[in-house]
Amino acid sequence: MAPATQAPVKNGEAPAAGDERDPAASRLHGFSRDELHGLLADMLLYRRFEEKAEEAYAIGKIGGFCHLHIGQEGLAAGSIKPLRADDLVITAYREHTQAIAKGIAPRAVMAELYGRVGGCSGGRGGSMHLFDTTVGFYGGHGIVGGQIPLGAGLAWAIRYRGGDQICVCFMGDAAVNQGAFLESLNMSAVWQLPVIYVVENNGYGMGTAFSRVSVTEMEARSGAYGIPAHTVNGQDVLETYRFFEELAERVRGGAGPQFVNAITYRFRGHSMSDPVSGTYRSKEEVEAHVQGEDPITILRDRLMGAGLLTQEELEAVDAEARTASDDAAEFADASPLPDPSTLYDHVYAEINPHGRLFLDGRPGAPGSGPEGGGRG
Amino acid sequence: MGVRGLRGVARKAAAVAEITYREALNAAMCQEMDRDDSVFLLGEEVAEYDGAYKVSRGMLARYGDRRVVDSPISELGFAGLCVGAAMSGLRPICEFMTFNFSILALDQVINSAAKMLYMTNGQVPIPMVFRGPTGAALQLSAQHSQACESYYVHAPGVKLVTPATPADAKGLLAAAIRDDDPVAVMEGELLYNVRGEVPDEEYVIPLGVAEVKRPGNDVSIVTHGKMVHVALQAARALEREEIEAEVLDLRSLRPLDVDAILETVAKTNRVVYLEEGWPFAGVGAQIVSLIQDEAFDELDAPVLRVTQADVPMPYAKNLEQLAKPGVKAVVEACRKVLYMEVGIS
Repeated sequence: MAPATQAPVKNGEAPAAGDERDPAASRLHGFSRDELHGLLADMLLYRRFEEKAEEAYAIGKIGGFCHLHIGQEGLAAGSIKPLRADDLVITAYREHTQAIAKGIAPRAVMAELYGRVGGCSGGRGGSMHLFDTTVGFYGGHGIVGGQIPLGAGLAWAIRYRGGDQICVCFMGDAAVNQGAFLESLNMSAVWQLPVIYVVENNGYGMGTAFSRVSVTEMEARSGAYGIPAHTVNGQDVLETYRFFEELAERVRGGAGPQFVNAITYRFRGHSMSDPVSGTYRSKEEVEAHVQGEDPITILRDRLMGAGLLTQEELEAVDAEARTASDDAAEFADASPLPDPSTLYDHVYAEINPHGRLFLDGRPGAPGSGPEGGGRG
Repeated sequence: MGVRGLRGVARKAAAVAEITYREALNAAMCQEMDRDDSVFLLGEEVAEYDGAYKVSRGMLARYGDRRVVDSPISELGFAGLCVGAAMSGLRPICEFMTFNFSILALDQVINSAAKMLYMTNGQVPIPMVFRGPTGAALQLSAQHSQACESYYVHAPGVKLVTPATPADAKGLLAAAIRDDDPVAVMEGELLYNVRGEVPDEEYVIPLGVAEVKRPGNDVSIVTHGKMVHVALQAARALEREEIEAEVLDLRSLRPLDVDAILETVAKTNRVVYLEEGWPFAGVGAQIVSLIQDEAFDELDAPVLRVTQADVPMPYAKNLEQLAKPGVKAVVEACRKVLYMEVGIS
């Protein structure tokens, strides 16, 4: 079941924690050179993919809302790559790179952004509704906090069936002010569901700083429900990976629900209609984060500093990421628009033999006889 | 409100028992839980309390707390949890103590359950049931007395049934549980004690099949849910004036048995739509639109609607009575579409 992209990083053989550098074995933080290059390649792919999407949006190839994950790649790779292929991921609408991390091909993600049949949701979902259940990616949800009870439900189903998978449910920092969050955390604790709630804490819900809409710190939000809180630096992919690797196994082993405050930063606007800095944060603030907290730069510098990456290798990895992103865009562009005859497909899984399900009176609606919406 | 002798029980010489509507719902859930382990019941007070209206009486003892689950009072949360479980292929029965409270959960009903299959291009069906009572009972006042059909039936992706009799309750709830889409099953507090004959054996009524609860040639009262009983009372009152009213119980609003509607229109040429909800964007508005689109030439009079008064439900007994659609209003509407004098009976 595991696609090739699912587990490029192999676990095990890790030296004792804290052994930052083991020159003899060419390891960093317990990761082999290949593993480290794999994570760098993943993050560069996410970056180049999003830049390609940005470009495509600018020339009208992508419509609607488009929320980029640029700056948050360390978290996408570090939290999703350690998971098993049959673990489930559900998230909000800034999810292009998370979808790729869980195993959806960049082509299928880009084609979805383009609204084409080759998209992972057949062009029906768009940027905010990426799905591929065969790799355990359950969307892609557009209402802030709406995915949180769904994530609890996915975890409920795992427990109901006695499985040993876990569900990782992502949300933005603003989602913790939704009732859905509070209700889901409480139920998850009551029923000890195998779920990790991850706040991608980039500091802003759209243009509102978290500190302006909460008098408590993020870490305090889960304690009232008896759910342990953890904080991780999402800009450090190695730390994040090790953290989630360990936490996932604990939850798999029955530790119950967990809450993770993953610190990150969004290098672009909330969506394509929001300028990079906007009116709610200064250019200087954004620039400081881009300079000092770019997860890709951080990993690159550590690898180079440890003698585990050459400039040539970096350029080769980056070229691959650009090629894959270009390829995704070419694939998307060539993929056809959905056939108009499919408009009514997948509204219902079961078209009942009796009665009319579609009341718009248009020809072509199923279950309405040969004349469509007419006399049934 | 007796419904004995109604034609609601379509059966072939099978064993029947006279049970309550409440017991019929319980029988449907047990019937389906016995045959499919993926079906479970979750909601407020469904387990240890035996159900706020005792619909799930005995089910905790029979199925255990894995499958009969008391939830916190978190309608948005537990409705969403059930949708999430359905995303994974389970078949939850999500009980709302009343559909009034489900307004808190409408984000999950509309944005998640109804749209999931479409957004995922068919990858993720939501085979689940939302059930509980809708509409008014007695003097429960504004927030506990409203018909919620319109909210649900408005959204493509949702199906909706409204059983009026014990037999329909068993057959339609069973069908709803087996259906691969989200189905709202709207019951009624005032229906739970209604008794009627219900087949003992496995019993399923297909969605989308209306039923003539009383045949007649002069005027059609088309309705659904507990208003069926009001319609039958009105028909009996009209009978005294030698007017034979046909009562068509839609039973299922989505899918909608359009053929049955058009048949009764063609038969009597005069229609009154009776519903418990408000008129604006109500179910009846859709039915009137459908009839004028597809059977305009069959009509001898404009279709009239009898609905709740366009006000929140008042508490005071006299005002509540005035606000509810009652037998008198139905009789008068029928006389009106028959171009008879009104207000003299």
